[in-house]
Amino acid sequence: MTKRSPIQRYNGRVVILSLAYVALLFAAQIAIDRYDVSGPPAYVIAILPALAIIGIFAAIASYLVEETDEYLRLLTVRQTLVASGFALSIATAWGFLESFDLVGHFDAYWVAVIWFAGLGLGSCVNKFLCTNGQ
Amino acid sequence: MKNRLKELRAERGWSQSDLGERLEVSRQSVNAIETGRYDPSLPLAFKIAELFNLKIEDLFTSPSKDI
Repeated sequence: MTKRSPIQRYNGRVVILSLAYVALLFAAQIAIDRYDVSGPPAYVIAILPALAIIGIFAAIASYLVEETDEYLRLLTVRQTLVASGFALSIATAWGFLESFDLVGHFDAYWVAVIWFAGLGLGSCVNKFLCTNGQ
Repeated sequence: MKNRLKELRAERGWSQSDLGERLEVSRQSVNAIETGRYDPSLPLAFKIAELFNLKIEDLFTSPSKDI
């Protein structure tokens, strides 16, 4: 059996963590809504879906450590920097708009969703820079 | 940074993938270096030079001389 490449290992981890996220989210929803869990156990249950998402961040970090191809590593670093800038900019702007009562509240976990969308934007930036000789 | 990678690869009849395998990097990396979109690290530049039995300066044009 051939050894899996860093990107294959990363994809495998992301698939497992995504499935874990869906399962944990459903489990947490059922536990808190149907079984009326409260107090410290509710905090533990509520944080479980977040752990799967945090795991995906860790999977990206592991990929950067394991990837031996320096050019591919550069592309991923640039992609994550674009995603971070994108998500932080939106979160900051929204925070100020919200503090002046100009927009409604949005739950903080959306920052992670925006960050993942930012990865797509980062990929576009990489493609643009590659086709424009940078 | 300009370099002779494409020319040296062509002389040996290697594809970008062949060269990538020999250097243990991806085809995309070879392409990026050949087209000057990416300047390799010093260890990778040494690896490329050693593969072609050349000095780094015979393979890559110094940016200060590339006017």
